[in-house]
Amino acid sequence: MIELRNLSKRFVTADGPVEALNNVNLTVNDGDIYGIIGMSGAGKSTLVRCINMLERPTEGSVLLDGRDLGALSKKEMQGVRREVTMIFQSFNLLMQSTCLQNVMFPLKLIHTPKAEAEARARELLTTVGLPDKANVYPAQLSGGQQQRVAIARALATRPRVLLCDEATSALDPKTTQSILELIRQINRDTGITVIVITHQMSVVQEICNRVAILEHGSVVEEGDVSQVFSRPRAAATRALVFPDMAEGQMSSGYGQLVRLIFEGSVTIDKPLIASMAMECGIAANILGASTRTVGKREYGYMLIEIPGGPDELARALKYIGNVPNVSVQVEAAYENKGVAE
Amino acid sequence: MNQFAMAFTPDKLEEAWHVFLTEFPLGLWETVYVTVLSTLFAIVIGLPLGILLVAGDEKGIRPMPKPLMKVINVIINFLRSVPFLILIVMVIPLTRAIIGTSIGSVASIVPLVVAAFPFVARLVESSLRELDPNIIEMAQSMGSSTWQIITRVMLPESVPSLVTNFTLAITTILGYTAMSGAMGGGGLGKIAINYGYSRYKYAVLYLAVIVLVLLVQIFQTIGTRLAARLDKRIKK
Ligand SMILES: Nc1ncnc2c1ncn2[C@@H]1O[C@H](COP(=O)(O)OP(=O)(O)O)[C@@H](O)[C@H]1O
Ligand SMILES: [Mg+2]
Repeated sequence: MIELRNLSKRFVTADGPVEALNNVNLTVNDGDIYGIIGMSGAGKSTLVRCINMLERPTEGSVLLDGRDLGALSKKEMQGVRREVTMIFQSFNLLMQSTCLQNVMFPLKLIHTPKAEAEARARELLTTVGLPDKANVYPAQLSGGQQQRVAIARALATRPRVLLCDEATSALDPKTTQSILELIRQINRDTGITVIVITHQMSVVQEICNRVAILEHGSVVEEGDVSQVFSRPRAAATRALVFPDMAEGQMSSGYGQLVRLIFEGSVTIDKPLIASMAMECGIAANILGASTRTVGKREYGYMLIEIPGGPDELARALKYIGNVPNVSVQVEAAYENKGVAE
Repeated sequence: MNQFAMAFTPDKLEEAWHVFLTEFPLGLWETVYVTVLSTLFAIVIGLPLGILLVAGDEKGIRPMPKPLMKVINVIINFLRSVPFLILIVMVIPLTRAIIGTSIGSVASIVPLVVAAFPFVARLVESSLRELDPNIIEMAQSMGSSTWQIITRVMLPESVPSLVTNFTLAITTILGYTAMSGAMGGGGLGKIAINYGYSRYKYAVLYLAVIVLVLLVQIFQTIGTRLAARLDKRIKK
């Protein structure tokens, strides 16, 4: 289990201090594939670098099974880094070494006998689907293949936690899929805990079971992926879930923005907007609609505008609230009322 | 006939050819071994120094006390800015202390090393700084010690660049041997000065220059090919 307790990181730069992380609290359970998602500059890399102490937190602590990593000696920390390994956006393979030598690299660091290290490396190259690339140099591989070698290398010391910092961000969608599938398979087979750092929604939806949304160095939302993405509360989450429906983008300026979430299926029994117009006399304005697949379930989203004042809004919410499998979120000014169901 | 043309009359050419056959072999040998040995010693001192400059940097993998780094930088800059002819004279006491004399080709190795090691240190520094910092972060994330990062990541990953830079060093040092040859050392430089400057036998001087140029070409070609062969980033 990894626990982040009141974690803060401040960088002192020429232009003054930068608060990269601000009082972050997270718990990652064993076997989780935990997503940490946020826009560029949100502090994701800093967070992941704090987890293996490549970056020393300014305040707070990182606990690995209750052990405070900040209190470890340099030697002990080197040991922890064999239990918590990392893959990167740029793969970071040794370009002057063969794939086999790359995978053997972490084993050589701990003076594993050569024959044993080589056998382990060959086994791992098979696991990642590249048994025939042992004596090939990374420059001759595609990006996806290089990342596979990097994954094999990260697994060499049989770590308990794998940190992935934008591991698929440099890859095309199809290759991304196959790398994510590989990570999921390794998670299933070995029970390794995986922390996935990304700015891509689709990555989290694809493999994570839990997710934290990071914005300006703070966790603004955290929980099960299906929960968080079907009912995004924080504005930052909504911006990630609905990149095509920016807040208030198409609003006519009067009325209240309301987001409808159709659970389980996009189709509903009644043509909701039309019947609301007839039964309540509220003619909602449809601003946008989309569907998302979270885990195995499908969700439909619709952003509408309810004209009029608080009275109309209350009537509309009451009406929609009575429709099964639909939930409502009020945007902006009325946001703190939260989810009405 | 002007002086220049007079230097290339048939009998002058024949004399030059005679010098070429009798004195050049030894001169060439002296030039080559002085160059190679000086380069090796310069690397022995300059390589660790270059590593220290990168690793001990404020943002390096093992930051060293700032005053120490400052002193090293000042010494390197100082040695790099003293003209070589003056440096030869300046280090005469050191040369005498080490070799026992300041005359001859062996003795000329001392000023050559003193002049070349700061240059090599800077070349090593620039080679190592070319390295992608993400690779070093990878090594740190895998629990490498400082020594392991240097020996297993920084140096092996920089081999092609280091070979290219050492080639630059050896060809530069070759040029310097000619100068130290003229200042009491041996080799082709001494022959060129003895015959060309002191006795107006320009044909000999030009022959010496041609041989030196060929030597530079040979070293450069070997170095360039070796660097290319060693670089595994080039797709074959
Ligand atoms: N070493 C550093 N020195 C100064 N500022 C930094 C450093 N690393 C990151 N930052 C700053 O911290 C913030 C978060 O950066 P980062 O963690 O890389 O974000 P992300 O990975 O989410 O894009 C940014 O504003 C960035 O400029
Ligand atoms: Mg990042």
